[in-house]
Amino acid sequence: MKDRDADLRAEIDAHLKMAIADRVARGEDPREAAAAARRELGNVGQIQETDRDVRGGRWLEHLGQDARYALRVFRRNPAFAVVAILSLALGVGANTALFQVVDAVRLRALPVADPQHLYQVRLADMDGARGNFGTWRPAVTYPIWQAIEARQQAFSTLFAWGTDEFSLTSGGELRSAQGLWVSGDFFTGLGLAPAAGRLLARDDDRPGCAPRAVLSHAYWQRAYGGSPSAVGQTIALGSHAVEIVGVAPAGFLGLEVGRSFDVALPLCSDPVFSDDGRGRLQAGTSWWITMFGRLAPGWTIERANAHLAAISPELFKATLPENYPAVSAPKYLKFQLAAYPGGDGLSRLREEYTSPLWLLLGIAGLVLLIACANLANLLLARATSRQREIAVRMGLGASRGRVIRQLLTESLLLALIGGLCGALLARLLSASVVTLLDTDSSTTSLALGFDWRVLAFTAGLSLLTCLLFGLAPAVNATRVGASSVMRASSRGATSSRDAVGLRRVLVIAQVALSVTLLFGSLLFARSLYKIVTIDPGFKADGVVAAGVVFRRLEIPAPQRAAFRRQLLDRVRALPGVESVASVRIVPVSGDSSGNEVWLEGNSTQHFNTSFNDVGPGFFSTMRIPLVAGRDFDERDTPESVAVAIVNEAFAAKLAGGAPVVGMRFTREATPSGPEKTFQVIGVVKNSTYADLKEGVVPVAFSADTQSPAPGWMRMVMRSSLPAATVTAATTRALGEIDPRIGVTYDLMTTQLRDAVVGDRMLATLSGGFGVLAAILTLVGLYGLIAYTVTRRTNEIGVRMALGAGRAAIARLILRETTLLLAVGAAIGIALALAGGRAAASLLFGVKPTDPIALLSALAFLACIALAASYAPARRATRIEPVVALRID
Amino acid sequence: MAKRARYQNRIELLQGTLDLLILQTLQWGPQHGYGIAQAIQAGSSDVLQVDTGSLYPALHRLERQKWIAATWKLSANKQRTRVYRLTAAGRRQLVSERTRWDTLVDAMAGILARPQEQES
Repeated sequence: MKDRDADLRAEIDAHLKMAIADRVARGEDPREAAAAARRELGNVGQIQETDRDVRGGRWLEHLGQDARYALRVFRRNPAFAVVAILSLALGVGANTALFQVVDAVRLRALPVADPQHLYQVRLADMDGARGNFGTWRPAVTYPIWQAIEARQQAFSTLFAWGTDEFSLTSGGELRSAQGLWVSGDFFTGLGLAPAAGRLLARDDDRPGCAPRAVLSHAYWQRAYGGSPSAVGQTIALGSHAVEIVGVAPAGFLGLEVGRSFDVALPLCSDPVFSDDGRGRLQAGTSWWITMFGRLAPGWTIERANAHLAAISPELFKATLPENYPAVSAPKYLKFQLAAYPGGDGLSRLREEYTSPLWLLLGIAGLVLLIACANLANLLLARATSRQREIAVRMGLGASRGRVIRQLLTESLLLALIGGLCGALLARLLSASVVTLLDTDSSTTSLALGFDWRVLAFTAGLSLLTCLLFGLAPAVNATRVGASSVMRASSRGATSSRDAVGLRRVLVIAQVALSVTLLFGSLLFARSLYKIVTIDPGFKADGVVAAGVVFRRLEIPAPQRAAFRRQLLDRVRALPGVESVASVRIVPVSGDSSGNEVWLEGNSTQHFNTSFNDVGPGFFSTMRIPLVAGRDFDERDTPESVAVAIVNEAFAAKLAGGAPVVGMRFTREATPSGPEKTFQVIGVVKNSTYADLKEGVVPVAFSADTQSPAPGWMRMVMRSSLPAATVTAATTRALGEIDPRIGVTYDLMTTQLRDAVVGDRMLATLSGGFGVLAAILTLVGLYGLIAYTVTRRTNEIGVRMALGAGRAAIARLILRETTLLLAVGAAIGIALALAGGRAAASLLFGVKPTDPIALLSALAFLACIALAASYAPARRATRIEPVVALRID
Repeated sequence: MAKRARYQNRIELLQGTLDLLILQTLQWGPQHGYGIAQAIQAGSSDVLQVDTGSLYPALHRLERQKWIAATWKLSANKQRTRVYRLTAAGRRQLVSERTRWDTLVDAMAGILARPQEQES
């Protein structure tokens, strides 16, 4: 642009010289000729302006000018710029971070070929499925999978997978790898290409196959430094050396979003890793297989579903296991297969956290709105003080549109800088949101990309905020006629009624939104408090749960009970260990087992109960009081009568309050055993079984000394020593018995904490947002009140001169605060109650209309409002009437 | 008011005719801005006055349309000037503008001629 201007000037210069020369040649006096020529030429500046318009690209030049001017304005007023950019960065950053997580959990398709054509095939309803469930996912058994693969025609490729954990160490404290069992068509069906070596194919998944491993790209990088020589080496999984045949492509984390895999093995090699050498391939009661497929050409999802429904009856008739419990067999025969879209994979995170994440995103959006209101307020205040400048510019001929554009450029620049900082901030924030979801036992791995969707979201958000906070002040600032402002005194100029009204509305909106957000965060905080203060019925402090694996010792089944006793005795003898007991299902670990039971001989009155299998001393170790009868002891052997200790909830269900010790109850037949009758020998207080939130459930404890022992055991240890000391000593002691024994540890307190990880995330993040909202509102209120005091300085001066006391002046200022607060709070209460209903399903033990949370939110905000108006009110009472009246 | 008086004996150019005049002038050969203005003035026996404030923006507009092209040249008296020439596209444009102009003049003449006859 500079060049073109210079060109034009040179051109006009030449024109002028030639015109003068012509005139002189005609005989005019040189001086007069120059003057005449110049007169003829007219206004050079005007020519330049017109010419610039003609040349086009005007808006770009204006934008450049405006941006430069805006930067100059910011430099002159850095505090404003910093506050604005900081609050925008926080708002945009929080939103972007949450959106990134939502994007990764919810919106993004799997990084495979044609994800939109991927379908999941599963049972429409799993009610009636009995046996062992290896996963939270809807699953089928291996025999069902084989029958489907043989019969279905709807899918050109159908593949199956399951998840597992493999031990990477041969003994001592165990490290494990996340495993993926895959059918032969898994990788080809997903259209994946190897990063090195080859991927598993159909030929790898043949009955009786040897295990072969494909590593995930991440694990390859982590454990082998991405070296190509890893292919062909062996990896030790449990007690087996498995050949590595290849590496999966980068970015492919498996089909379960949020859970990555380290190593994938063919399904057919499952028996190799089992205790009994048979594994789950023949087991009709092990539910561990998930199926995905791609429709064959010409098939629609409706037709595929009809086809699956048609083959279901015969398929389930053919696969009904012999040992299937009779009560559930009719349901098994009625199972229906169905296909569902599967392009975004499966995700436990998604099932559990989708609504909390959307809710949090909504909350973050409200925080951003509050931040916008603040900025709009700041800009309105600035526009008022810049009114003279604006009036001068409009007086000099700038059009209203031009001035608005210039003011909007300032806002846009703020929004862009704020958005950019926000995007950077989001990178940190999103990672920490994901870590909030991590538990001791499961690490959340999400591909938190900054893809086009996130980029579009951030950019759109920044632009939207710019319009939200910039437009109203800009329009407002230019509304006043230039002449009126120029004519009016400075006092008159600052009290534009519209601007003050708009600012009040903004602050009221802030107060209302803050009440809503504070109420929400208090609800979640109270909900979390309710959960963590639930009495689990046992004392978690000082208890370490250990999982001990001694499969590799290949101890024959009859001697395992004795070996187990030996291990327990050895650990009990360790210094500092108060007590130790074996247990099948560690409370709150997420494992569970349930069956129908009834009073012996009265099978019509059955009820569902949870089961656990524990050793002597379990109740005293966990500090669960025995209220009647006795604990298990050496009298309870496989040969003696089967005994059980029940909790009070069970006793109430079984006998309705009558003493139950000595009563006998029957457990229904299970896939692994026939009906069994137990004699109740004791009653314990209720304690949490699997889930803190489920409340009191009936639990029956059987004696593990009476049941066959597997090649592993879990135990709970109580000690007053630090957990690390206890675990180190235990690892050493077990290693002395046999170095091939593997062991893992969980602290009971950690287990309890991990059980509420989702609630904690909600409470933490919504609390953070609530505080942020309150701070922003504090700033907004302060700004408005301070401005009011400045504006009313004269009036206050007059009042004081007429004898008003300081208290009266303070009341005057506080009245404004109270009014804003009251109106804002009234709207806020309505909003909060509406919002609370939306969050009801995420709350525990707190009503969505919880009055304590509401009153606390209001009280908190009232304090904020008082704090915001304290300084301005104080300043108002210090006004010297004489000084105030002398202004202007 | 003073401005109006100065130009009293001259006709201000009709909107859009300047482009045609520039193209027409350049038909006889390349010329700089001053030259174009002089040529139009002389060609109209000083009736048409080209306002410098319109001339240069018009030249640059035509240049953007690629109807004329410009180069910097040194004139006879060592003056560095920007010389414009007609492009092939400009020649075509000139023909079509001329046709339009002729149509306009015919139409105007037709209308202006009739009432005179009625009056007489």
